[in-house]
Amino acid sequence: MTLKHLSQGPSPVLLELKNLSKSFDGHQAVRSVNLQFYEGEIFALLGGSGCGKSTLLRMLSGFETLTEGKILLNGEDIAAIPPYRRPFNMMFQSYALFPHMTVEQNIAYGLKQDKLKKEDIAKRVDDMLKLVHMESFRLRKPSQLSGGQRQRVALARSLAKKPKLLLLDEPMGALDKKLRGEMQLELVDIIKQVGVTCVMVTHDQEEAMTMADRIAVMHAGEILQIGSPHDIYEYPNCRYVADFIGEVNLFGGHIAEEEPSYVVINVPNLVAPIYIDHGISGPGGERPVSVAVRPEKVRLSDQQPDEQYNWGKGIIDDLAYLGQHSIYHILLPDGQFIQVTQTNDKRRERPFELEQEIFVSWSPDSCVVLEE
Amino acid sequence: MRFSFSKMMLWLGLAFLYAPMLILIIYSFNESRLVTVWAGFSTKWYGELMRNDKLLDAVGNSLKIAFLAATASVVLGTLAAFVLARFKRFKGSTLLRGMITAPLVMPEVITGLSLLLLFVAMAQLVGWPASRGMTTIWIAHTTFCTAYVAVVVGSRLTEMDMSVEEAAQDLGATPVKVFFNITLPIITPALVSGWLLAFTLSLDDLVIASFVSGPGSTTLPMVVFSSVRLGVSPEINALATIIITLVTLLVFASWYYARRVEKSRIRDQLAAKES
Amino acid sequence: MALFRAIKKRFVETGWLKQRNGVIAIPYLWLLLFFLVPFAIVLKISFAETEIAIPPYTDLATFEDGHLMIDLNLGNYAYLFSDDLYLTAYLSSIRIALVSTLLCLLIGYPMALAISRAPASTRNVLLLLVILPSWTSFLIRIYAWIGILKPNGYINNLLLSMGLIDEPIIMLHTDFAVYVGIVYAYLPFMILPLYANMMKLDHSLVEASSDLGASPVTTLFRIIVPLTKAGIIAGCMLVFIPAVGEFVIPELLGGPETLMIGKVLWEEFFNNRDWPVASAVAIIMLALLIIPIMWFDRIQNKQMEQA
Repeated sequence: MTLKHLSQGPSPVLLELKNLSKSFDGHQAVRSVNLQFYEGEIFALLGGSGCGKSTLLRMLSGFETLTEGKILLNGEDIAAIPPYRRPFNMMFQSYALFPHMTVEQNIAYGLKQDKLKKEDIAKRVDDMLKLVHMESFRLRKPSQLSGGQRQRVALARSLAKKPKLLLLDEPMGALDKKLRGEMQLELVDIIKQVGVTCVMVTHDQEEAMTMADRIAVMHAGEILQIGSPHDIYEYPNCRYVADFIGEVNLFGGHIAEEEPSYVVINVPNLVAPIYIDHGISGPGGERPVSVAVRPEKVRLSDQQPDEQYNWGKGIIDDLAYLGQHSIYHILLPDGQFIQVTQTNDKRRERPFELEQEIFVSWSPDSCVVLEE
Repeated sequence: MRFSFSKMMLWLGLAFLYAPMLILIIYSFNESRLVTVWAGFSTKWYGELMRNDKLLDAVGNSLKIAFLAATASVVLGTLAAFVLARFKRFKGSTLLRGMITAPLVMPEVITGLSLLLLFVAMAQLVGWPASRGMTTIWIAHTTFCTAYVAVVVGSRLTEMDMSVEEAAQDLGATPVKVFFNITLPIITPALVSGWLLAFTLSLDDLVIASFVSGPGSTTLPMVVFSSVRLGVSPEINALATIIITLVTLLVFASWYYARRVEKSRIRDQLAAKES
Repeated sequence: MALFRAIKKRFVETGWLKQRNGVIAIPYLWLLLFFLVPFAIVLKISFAETEIAIPPYTDLATFEDGHLMIDLNLGNYAYLFSDDLYLTAYLSSIRIALVSTLLCLLIGYPMALAISRAPASTRNVLLLLVILPSWTSFLIRIYAWIGILKPNGYINNLLLSMGLIDEPIIMLHTDFAVYVGIVYAYLPFMILPLYANMMKLDHSLVEASSDLGASPVTTLFRIIVPLTKAGIIAGCMLVFIPAVGEFVIPELLGGPETLMIGKVLWEEFFNNRDWPVASAVAIIMLALLIIPIMWFDRIQNKQMEQA
């Protein structure tokens, strides 16, 4: 476990969710979630549609009431405070810019609610416009802005009140693919520059990995795993997480040997058993498990590996050349397909061909055991 | 605070809308001719109503005109709405748009007077209509109902997914076929509600009909008007009760039907998703 | 062969064009003849003189010695401006319509807001309840208020029996009754466009306002009201324009001193049989209403195009 914030010394906890639950007409959208947000971090709630992540965000912003639980801000429960009194601001998925107000008026709107002095508001609006590089658009209406510009205004508007917590609802949801990559990095830059704590909701694992310091993967109202992008990708704790974050090949097998420093698993699909160079937790004894191997960790070869462990044999059923890398679908003897990605870093003299017999292998440190 | 205020206003507003009608209904069962003083339960005014030949004749006239005017205005209104929604801009489209929306707000006395003067001028010029009566009322009602139908159908047409029509054309259907095979079935609910709206508007019209009617073409509102001008009458209360009951039943039946259709559509969608 | 195909294509295209023009022509000609042309005739007759004849007005154009003589008679308009009655009637019509429109807006706006905020399942029922009265007879709904407001009507009977008043309050045949009648009859027409507009409002804007610290009241006046402006204008026009020319309500509920121009027109036409003056009254009413009507037209068409 290598959390970024831990490497820089622990940050204090800003917000703590205790046993947070929400049900709509008997349907449990969020099931007793416990979470801590550290000051200054970007935290992503990641999951498919209907997993409860948006409901959780809306509970934080105050638009949904809690069925149960507590939201503690610096130790104080704020669950009963209406949204317009919470020191949190949200950037809406649709941006929700007021169409009848200019960029300037949109950004000033929240400040005016605090009855600030005119000069202070003007100063703050100027700062915000500068922060998001929109100084020359201050008198435009939202309808006269491009998607990326709207997002900048929305961000400026939600940062203007110096919120304790910034909430982002699918921040890239309204942008086209090309713009997303640029805006993700720009958004992180601005948020880090301001230093605000940020909770974002997204269904896009790439977006979560690019932007967040920590990620919580949600499914069916529950949090399955919390960790850094690296941890969640490399060490998923269950099949759902492994499957949701990136592509993964899963092998079903039985534990043959289990020691504190290594595990050997018999997999009927493969020629050699799987060997993992670290111990696993679990009840111990012989039991069915799944082993996850990422497609990019698999090596392909037309020569039979001479190792004792971690290889199998199959036929190339399908291949796609994508320039930078290629994707292979390998058919194993019992009909299972595994996916392999290979970087095209050198020009192969004899490229692999369809229907060709091929050997797959990987190193002992590149697979993870997932308990059934 | 605002939520409770607006909710309170809603209930007060609904009470304001319904209390007078409720009073009418209750007092239609009043024994006494003095409508505002309760003197015991009776249904005798309904009997009187049934024996009032003048009124029954007028009901017949009104229903006939309303049926014909609603039908004609659905045809004209649908054409107008279709033309505006699909051909967008053509020579004179702005004028057509204006002629569709202006009747919605035009004071009835102006419409009535202008149509009467038209009929008189036409009679002088071409000898038709020789006399005013059912036909002239029908024309007048068709004209202003067309505007309402066009608005109802037009909003459905603009909501409709146009790619369905384009797909049909792409598959080789001529524009006429596309209209009858694709567009018309999809907007049928709007046609039905447009027809019903036109029907009730025609049934309800007093002012325009008064201008363009002639001898022998007295409609129900005209009979009711000459009666209520003289003050309250228990017979009118009974008539009101019948009208209110009929309309309520019809409206709720069609609402219930629409809701059932909608529900089964949602159920189908869910079933399709699960399978 | 290619030539044949080109000719056929040409034929099909022009055929389609003819069809298209035919389709446009049907509603177009109908509305032209029965909606627009009549106004021209009203305008024409407003320049004629009354005559005891059938029809009771003179012809503008006559042939004398082989010359076409057009006799534009401005007397009707001069008459309208010389008699105070007409000016007062126009002004009081506009006043009554304005006040009623404002009342409708004040009552209708919160009602529409409450309906748009209701859960989806009850929303339709509430909307139905608002529309339903306008599907029953207009005349009968106005008639209902006679019984309620008259000196021995329900309100006075109730107040008298409770001992709150000693003698009946005169409400029927006053301007007050006219206001009640107009608001009662036209309230649904105010609520419908407001509701339609509120449903189109992106709810996340309301949430964003709240998120930025605006209280519900601030959100209402800074966000919801400005963004439903089109609905407000449409609703106000739907009430104001017909209310100016209203005849039934002032006739049944108004008193002798309630002067409304619709009633004046009706009386000129039916009682005095003065068609030219009635036409002149209509033309001036139309001139007063043309700007609101065009405003309504523009809003209506804009919404049609947006959808």
